[in-house]
This record gives sequence, C-alpha cells and structure tokens, in this order.
Amino acid sequence: MSLPGWQAFRAEHHDKGIEVVTVALDSGGAAAAQQWIAAAQPDHPSLIDEGHITDELFGFVNVPMAVWIDEDGMIVRPAEPASIEQSALRDLEVPEGLPDRMREMLVAVKEIRDDSAAYRAALVDWIENGAQSAYALSPDEVVARSQPRGRAEAEAAACFELGRDAHLAGDVTAAVHWWREAHRLDPSNWTYKRQAWSIASTEPGAPSDLMQGPTDEYEGNWLDDVKAIGGGENYYNEFRP
Amino acid sequence: MLTTTLEIASTDFESTTGWAIKPEGACRGEVCVPLPPEARLEAGKVRLDVVAHRLGAPLVHDEGRGLYAVGPSTLGGRALPSARAPRLELPTIDGARFDLSALHGMKTVLVAWASW
Repeated sequence: MSLPGWQAFRAEHHDKGIEVVTVALDSGGAAAAQQWIAAAQPDHPSLIDEGHITDELFGFVNVPMAVWIDEDGMIVRPAEPASIEQSALRDLEVPEGLPDRMREMLVAVKEIRDDSAAYRAALVDWIENGAQSAYALSPDEVVARSQPRGRAEAEAAACFELGRDAHLAGDVTAAVHWWREAHRLDPSNWTYKRQAWSIASTEPGAPSDLMQGPTDEYEGNWLDDVKAIGGGENYYNEFRP
Repeated sequence: MLTTTLEIASTDFESTTGWAIKPEGACRGEVCVPLPPEARLEAGKVRLDVVAHRLGAPLVHDEGRGLYAVGPSTLGGRALPSARAPRLELPTIDGARFDLSALHGMKTVLVAWASW
C-alpha cells in the first residue's frame, strides 16, 4: 500500500472532480497510522477507523481495497483490491541465507497478483468518462459483486468488534478469544486476521512485524494461511473489468 | 456496533450499521425493512434485538464484559444491500469529524489501508 502513491494520484487528477479518501483500518487508532500518513503529506482526508466499521459498511476484507462513489452518492464499484502502483517487493531478489520462513514469505509476496496498471487505468477512465465509463457498474451489479455476507461473516464482524473493545481495555484474554472466533467464522477476511496477528507478534512501540506470526495466541499466520489458499497469486482476487 | 444495553438511540444504530430508522422501517438506500411495533421505544430509541433479528444481523453477547455486539445485516447475502453509499462519519488523523456526504457532487475513491 502506497499512501504517497495515492497522494500523487490525487495531485494529478483532483482538478477533474475526484477526491481520494483514505481510511486506516487500525485498532491502534491514530497512533498506529500517524507515521505513515505524516510521511505521505496528504492533501486529501485521512480517516481513522479503529473499529473496522468500514469493513462492515462496504465489505473490505483485505488492504488495499477501495470503493468508487459517484457525484450522487452511488457506489459504482464495490470493495475490490485497489493497488495503483506495483509493489516494490515484486522485483526484489530474494537474498541468499535468509531463515526459511522469511525466504518463503518473500517468495509468496512476489507471487501476489499485480493488477495495478489495469486498476489505475480503469480509475482514470471513470474519472474522465463518469457514468459512460465501462468500469462504472449498474446498481444491481454493484450489489451482486459486493462481498458475500452470510451468517458466519456477519457473526465474525460482531466477534471482531468485541475483540477490539477488549484489546483497547487491556483484556488480552478476551481479545484473543473473540478474535480467534472471528478468524474461525470468516477465514477469508484478512483484515481480521492480520490486525490480530500483527498485535500479537509486535512488541509495543515497535514497527509492525511483517511476518505476522506464528504466535502462541492464534492458530493461523500470514505465511501458512497464504499457503493454505494455494499461494500468493490467490491473495487478491483478479481485477474484473 | 457495541452496546451495554438492548435499548439504543436510533441515531447510534444508523451511524454504526448504515441502517436508518424511519417511519417505514429500517432503511439503507432504497431498501426498507418494516419493523414490528415492539422495535420502537420512546425518545428515539429502538430495541436492538428486535431490529437485529428483522435485519438478519447476529447479536453476540459477551457476558463476562457485559457487552452486546451486533453484526451487519445478512439480507440479500451480500455486503452491500444497496448501491447507495451508507452514511459514514469517522475521525480524521487530525481528530476532526469527517462526513463522507461532504463530498456529494464529486467523485470519490475510498481506499482502505492499514499500518500492519
């Protein structure tokens, strides 16, 4: 995720009638997001979503994901993976001599699908052509393409919120209980998992642990869960025009 | 949303779930779900368990901490019951309140990211 990339995109296109709004899904609140936002020096609104309520409202299940909203307040594309520039890690040579899990993780990260050029071009097309853009979907299509939400996904959201409240209150046992329950109910939601793994595997005050597990608290971790879905190429859904 | 009581202000219900309590029922965009009389209480409050049940939204109780959490609606089986953007109000990094409706008249791309 590149906040500087979105700031640059905004500077290039804002005068055509588009606003970028970023929302940080961070149970650590502004303190967790501050340094990244400060480095990007955004001119656009930078929101803080401690409770992951935008997960519920829009269907975000990983980051980065985005929705497009037109001038009348209608969503014209539901939550979908939203990179506008290629990850710097993609061309990284995996160094020799790394610990096995670190090497496997870098390999998996390099396998992550890169649709950034197509996504960026689609977004520019919509900015320039509005409702005439082939990428602006009908209301029925927007609803149909939004994330699945059955009983398990909805209950996972409630459990995640209970875990987040317990975490803020310093009740680690309750937080882990409810977050484990959220992971069990909705294993496809990476925001619930990555948030919890990161907290469990990161020392207070330290930068987020990129490995995100394994930890004693949770059964899953980034590398093993990515392997379980067949590898990095399945981490994000393919961009669908 | 989280609450310690099952009797909550309808405005709080809307701001956290996206469902507005109107005379015709609980509404999001053009979708309105009629509510039974026992859902509505005095002073603009609603009975959370009744409204949640009508919306197919799970209600999870943390007995140890005395909290209820209501999950999102499962009506229609998708995250978006309507293509109309829900009301969204969140703090900015500067601590100000931001209301997404302030951008009415512009195109908006709402991008989720995280520090983790």
